[in-house]
Amino acid sequence: MTIAELQLALPEIFVLSMTCVVLLADLFISDERRGLTHLLAVLTLVFATILTLRVMLPPGEVLVAFSGTFVRDRFGDVLKVFSYIILAGVYVYAKHYLRQFNLFKGEFYTLTLFALLGVMVMISAGNMITVYLGLELLALSTYALVALDRDSRYGSEAAMKYFILGSLASGMLLYGMSLIYGATGSLDLAAVSAALGDGVGDSMLLTFGLVFVVIGIAFKLGAVPFHMWVPDVYHGAPLAITLFISSVPKLAGLALAIRLLDNGLIGLHSDWQGMLVVLAALSLVLGNVIAIAQTNIKRMLAYSTISHMGFLLLGILAGTPEGYAAAMFYAIAYAITSAGAFAVVIMLSVDGREADQIEDYKGLARRNPWQAFLMLMILFSLAGIPVFLGFFAKWQVIAAALQAGFVGLSVLAVLAAVAGAFYYLRIVKLMYFDEPDQEAPISAPVDFRAVLTVNGLAVLGLGIFSGGLISLCVSAFS
Amino acid sequence: MSEWPLLSLLVWLPIAAAVGLAVLGQNQPGLVRPLALVATLVTFALSLVLWSGFDAGTSMMQFEERLVWIAAFDIHYHLGVDGLSLPLILLTTLIGVLIVIAGWQIGERPHLYLAAFLLLQGLMTGMFAALDALLFYVFFEAMLVPMFLIIGIWGGPNRIYATIKFFLFTFFGSVFMLIALIWLYLQGGSFAILDLHQQTIDLNAQVWIFLAFLIAFAVKVPMWPVHTWLPDAHVEAPTGGSVVLAAIMLKIGGYGLVRFSLPIVPDAAAALDWLVIGLSLVAIAYIGFVALAQSDMKKLIAYSSISHMGFVTLGLFLAFAIVRNTGEVTGAGLGISGAMVQMISHGFISGAMFLAVGVLYDRVHSREISSYGGVANTMPWFAMFAVLFFMANAGLPGTSGFVGEFMVILAAFHANFWFAFVAGTTLLLGAAYSLWLVKRVFYGEIGNSAVAALKDLSGREWLLMVTLAVLVLGVGVWPWPLLNMMEVSVQNLVEHIMNSKLPG
Repeated sequence: MTIAELQLALPEIFVLSMTCVVLLADLFISDERRGLTHLLAVLTLVFATILTLRVMLPPGEVLVAFSGTFVRDRFGDVLKVFSYIILAGVYVYAKHYLRQFNLFKGEFYTLTLFALLGVMVMISAGNMITVYLGLELLALSTYALVALDRDSRYGSEAAMKYFILGSLASGMLLYGMSLIYGATGSLDLAAVSAALGDGVGDSMLLTFGLVFVVIGIAFKLGAVPFHMWVPDVYHGAPLAITLFISSVPKLAGLALAIRLLDNGLIGLHSDWQGMLVVLAALSLVLGNVIAIAQTNIKRMLAYSTISHMGFLLLGILAGTPEGYAAAMFYAIAYAITSAGAFAVVIMLSVDGREADQIEDYKGLARRNPWQAFLMLMILFSLAGIPVFLGFFAKWQVIAAALQAGFVGLSVLAVLAAVAGAFYYLRIVKLMYFDEPDQEAPISAPVDFRAVLTVNGLAVLGLGIFSGGLISLCVSAFS
Repeated sequence: MSEWPLLSLLVWLPIAAAVGLAVLGQNQPGLVRPLALVATLVTFALSLVLWSGFDAGTSMMQFEERLVWIAAFDIHYHLGVDGLSLPLILLTTLIGVLIVIAGWQIGERPHLYLAAFLLLQGLMTGMFAALDALLFYVFFEAMLVPMFLIIGIWGGPNRIYATIKFFLFTFFGSVFMLIALIWLYLQGGSFAILDLHQQTIDLNAQVWIFLAFLIAFAVKVPMWPVHTWLPDAHVEAPTGGSVVLAAIMLKIGGYGLVRFSLPIVPDAAAALDWLVIGLSLVAIAYIGFVALAQSDMKKLIAYSSISHMGFVTLGLFLAFAIVRNTGEVTGAGLGISGAMVQMISHGFISGAMFLAVGVLYDRVHSREISSYGGVANTMPWFAMFAVLFFMANAGLPGTSGFVGEFMVILAAFHANFWFAFVAGTTLLLGAAYSLWLVKRVFYGEIGNSAVAALKDLSGREWLLMVTLAVLVLGVGVWPWPLLNMMEVSVQNLVEHIMNSKLPG
């Protein structure tokens, strides 16, 4: 372990140290001054961004540290920076919610920062053990977060379900890894890749291991048929936690898939491609169709997430740099858009009641014209209508799937998008075409409204000027 | 060539004005209407500058603007016009002005109403001017958003059903086009429409791409049997929405066929021209009968629009049969020219008819034919204009409605007598449903007390009616400027589509 290696991991070391500082400092901060914890956490993210950007690697350069267990490359750097930025937005949104629901505690910040560290470790993993460590750090923090409101029956139930199913999935992933270790003799992803290239290993054993690895990934992404936890956890968790789960961990899910399937198991591409095709097709259809039947917006967005993960898989299954870049764009676009959508749900949640019924959106355009307009853009983006961000994400993954020769799957994907448009339009209809039950505008703190405005305009602006973000994603894989 | 990025101004000026209206409107309600009017008038004036600088002697793209948009996929912000898109852009900017005048009295959130229309206008202009397929698609789809809101917020009682149906139908059609465009890009490495025109594609792929384009554009035209969204949307939309829908949005389908289907996959278009011709003839004849049976004026005009748009699709696909029969390439342009004229003419006439219905609706609040009778007695001036527009709709010689239909029927004779025969039934049917409506609404005894109390046109309505009447008669009597504008481009298109694009 040299100084140079430690420098590569500086953002992780910094986030870990700061998380411990937040943990300790929060003990001495009284409830009235909890804002300090918030500030400290946001500052952590700001400095982490600076630290990561300061040594952003040029395209194509890969540096490894700690005997290959830690990888620093452009893909990881870009994903990490977006994780910090999105998490900072999540903090601002969450603060408003937590205050209203008497959940404004230091645990939220320490747990999310630990989860972020898990995300970062996964993103930079060069070894299956590192992948697993990052994954568990993220997962354990998230289980606890779901149960943050310990008096909520739904929250406890959701956390329990998430914990049991999540442990099962982690176990499967670990089992898959052990099988692959058995076949190739290594846990190091680069070494596994090389071994597969040389034709080392029993193919039966490898396929068996691969199945379990893919199950683990599918569970983390929430792809059908490993999606059962998604609606319940989204529904049961406090809104601020749902907001968190729907944003940053999606970037981690992408990293998990790319590190394992591409960096490690690209030699088995033809095998995992077929599995991902099935997962993608099922997620697209089931997610969009079931979302239509939902009247609870948290559940609706949960099923919508499932369908979006189907789109994400379209990019990954191509197994090409273009496909990965498209999937990466998709994950970032989804995380940004989804954060905005949940932020509006949070804004509407007043008087200690979560605004999780779609009826709550009635006449929003009259009460809060600007926020309704932002939500309009976010919903059209989720539906994949140009000129919003979501469209540019969708066409890229469809292009990747077409390039890989999956014409039928692409047609299925666009048809699913059309079906999906219906339930997004329904919210627009409620906001714009229906009369409100009450006229008074809903108020929110200034920082909340400012971040929501930036978020909504980013959905439009990153769509119109999508060239930059697309180039950034492409450069991560060249 | 102008120094100014004229086309960009035409696209972005209305959009910028829309943003301005939406922001200002809340606090400065008095400024909203004048600002919208100024914005559309300036845009219209700029489009006239575009026309005056346009060289009709070449089929090359003019006023081109090209900027890198998405470098990673070689996608450009690329605008330009030729003789096929210029008339439609002029139509768009003109109708934009009329819409603002027609919407002067909207009481419900007028700033958003006008902002939505200005946004829509900018997007439609951008779509007609786009020379990059992805840019075209972005404009093509993005315009669903303002239209969705226009019908949904300012529409009639059943507006929500109508607007969601409109949105999903169009969205459903266009996603197939997206797949076709991406496929073409993956094969040829370019989204530039002019590159796509040159790309060689084997017949099997051409057929699939043709069908994908056809679904997208047939929904927009709309062609029978995917027309069912149109009567709903028309009936529920506010007057301005109906006008834009009929006058411009329907033309997008026709324009798409001219810009994409014919030149990109000419061999498939030649092989499958029977399909489009068949559907067009069904639309012309069958939908003509359907129009006859309507009791709601807006529905009648909507069905009449579908029937008339049948002429557009018919005219566009006659060229192949003409060349097969006569071996002449020069005569084959007649159908396409006729279709283009028909699009512009239908833009004027259908817009005028919807405005006329709007005039009545504003006073009586009914679209039912049976609610009227003898309107000519109380509104003689209005009746004069309305009768003119409905006669033009029936294809009266001397009006613009005659020119396009005549050209297409003439071309149909060159292709096949029976095509011309079926298409000719519209002369009967069109006259029947148009004149019957005129008889029931405008002539005879005064139907009821509401009609007896009608006041004739206001100054604002005079302005609208006179403008459209002048255009309808102008194009009818002297179509030369219009034909001249597009002639070279049409001829170039015909020559292009007669060359096989099959590989090897």
